Amino acid sequence: MQEVVQRETGGLIEGKHNYESVTQKIASVAMGYKHPLPWYVVTALASAGVFMLIVTISWLLLRGVGIWGINQPNGWGFDIINFVWWIGIGHAGTLISAILLLLRQQWRTSINRFAEAMTIFAVMCAGIYPLLHTGRPWVAYWLLPIPNWTGAWPQFRSPLIWDVFAVTTYFTVSLLFWFTGLIPDFATLRDRAKKRISQIIYGILAMGWRGSAKHWHRYESAYLLLAGLSTPLVVSVHSIVSLDFAVSLIPGWHTTVFPPYFVAGAIYSGFAMVLTLVIPIRAWYKMQDFITMKHIDWMAKIMLATGLIVVYGYIMEIFTSLYSGHTAEVYLVSNRFFGPYAPLFWALLICNGLIPQVLWSAKMRQNLPLLFVISLIVNVGMWLERFVIIVTSLHRDFLPSSWGMYFPTIWDWTMFIGTISFFTFMMFLFVRYIPMIAIFEMRDLLHQTDKHRHAPAGAPAAHVATTEVSS
Amino acid sequence: MSVPLHGIIAEYETAEELLHAARRAREAGYTRMDAYSPFPVHGLAEAIGFEDYKVPWTVFLSGVAGAIAGFAMQYYISVIDYPLNVGGRPLFSWPAYIPVTFETTVLFAAFGAFIGMLAFNGLPQPYHPIFNAPRFERASQDRFFLCIEATDPLFDRTGTRHFLESTGARLVSEVEE
Repeated sequence: MQEVVQRETGGLIEGKHNYESVTQKIASVAMGYKHPLPWYVVTALASAGVFMLIVTISWLLLRGVGIWGINQPNGWGFDIINFVWWIGIGHAGTLISAILLLLRQQWRTSINRFAEAMTIFAVMCAGIYPLLHTGRPWVAYWLLPIPNWTGAWPQFRSPLIWDVFAVTTYFTVSLLFWFTGLIPDFATLRDRAKKRISQIIYGILAMGWRGSAKHWHRYESAYLLLAGLSTPLVVSVHSIVSLDFAVSLIPGWHTTVFPPYFVAGAIYSGFAMVLTLVIPIRAWYKMQDFITMKHIDWMAKIMLATGLIVVYGYIMEIFTSLYSGHTAEVYLVSNRFFGPYAPLFWALLICNGLIPQVLWSAKMRQNLPLLFVISLIVNVGMWLERFVIIVTSLHRDFLPSSWGMYFPTIWDWTMFIGTISFFTFMMFLFVRYIPMIAIFEMRDLLHQTDKHRHAPAGAPAAHVATTEVSS
Repeated sequence: MSVPLHGIIAEYETAEELLHAARRAREAGYTRMDAYSPFPVHGLAEAIGFEDYKVPWTVFLSGVAGAIAGFAMQYYISVIDYPLNVGGRPLFSWPAYIPVTFETTVLFAAFGAFIGMLAFNGLPQPYHPIFNAPRFERASQDRFFLCIEATDPLFDRTGTRHFLESTGARLVSEVEE
């Protein structure tokens, strides 16, 4: 294993680079670099979408959730579908930044900052939905254990309140983790800034960081511990989201496979979203030296692996329903296969199960346009999955007299497209003002790969070599 | 000596040179020094004789505090202050309290890591004399620095300078307080 890591490290930075050129390349994007035309086009479109979101939310606050397509029996529609979808997208960020750090996967270095930013903005988008779905978001603080005039407290035996705690904790911890990673890079930007205003802003953000060995010592243990804390956290978040469903008695929701299957689905869609964003941005900003084909290849492999776990989840879901012999459960399966929403179910199987199988081919994983299209298809597939889980279970449950159909309204769509725009807008602002790759980690990676190059054949792997020097 | 000195600083081109110099300074008997690098150099803290486990302990203790706070809050709310009979189930249904207890544990521990790291490092700190050092802006980019501080018992304005020059430094200069 060590050997593999050592050999593979070579492909993580391409071209001839030293500390200065790495710093220059990444920092210049955040500091007055001339931005490529697509940046302006996408940002303009996205900001138009953000205005649409603002209009939608305003109308919603004025008229209430009745402007959405939700009804009885479909109390959960786009709001929960999109909430779960967005939270899932965020999960790849934490996986890349925390779990791969603990597993000493050095290839995470080029993409962790980017993926963490994605997490934060995706969780923001997710948070909007349940907040507005409460119907009276101005009293949303009732969800928190804050003493108030009603004398009532949250009900801690409900997964919905667990969800409040899980999502707020997830957002806060992701933000702390991201900001901790940014401090040394803000110091770099502060020291490189030419304009007074940038010096002041980056100076405040860097908080006086000076790269002292004592600081790095505490910094590294804090960073590692934050990674260790985020790892179980990310698993808990989507598990708890899945308990919103699994703890209920609704056919199709009441299954024990939900937590692991939701977590795998989250990582699946998250990696798809990372690829969707990284492929174009890497080309526009010419970051091919740092985000190499090796990174893309490995992300595609993780997507394939988690996709297979998700497909296993689908099979288990169908099996459990049929094996239970329960009328409502058996009907649910036939309703998914042949009912009014069947086209969506089959589309989901094609998007999530069938098409990603082309990733078995190494050649296909090197084909960027194809990968981009597949990542979009997986994003759509994962959205369809949430639609199918939520709507097919709710619209026909135990009592045929209360069956109904769910159709999203125009406001559902403007809100959904609005959050996608908000997410894109924030990502593009992030790329513009903050180093999209962790510069100090890239310098560290360069330092370690340089050591390999100079080390004699059969020398121990990078981190072993480093401790040798120090002892 | 009109302006008091913070110390004497030496600049190096590689992490290995800095490590080597730091180790030599320790051998020469210097105790009050600090090294500056654009990325964490493994073994550098040990080389300048620095060891500190306050951050991990802070994280652990804040995690424990978070667990107790989360669990106690749910107990107080569900059992004492606002008991709700749901289908005759016991009020102290502790397994249902676990998810929230876990989340508060992680939340408190993460704040412990973040605030602890900053506080023990003395950050945010708007001013530090080391920023007066020439070319120090490269400490966050591509150069490595070792500063022997004026408070060191062995510190001697010319002696220390000569010592640092002998460690292969690219540039040695005085840092004003």
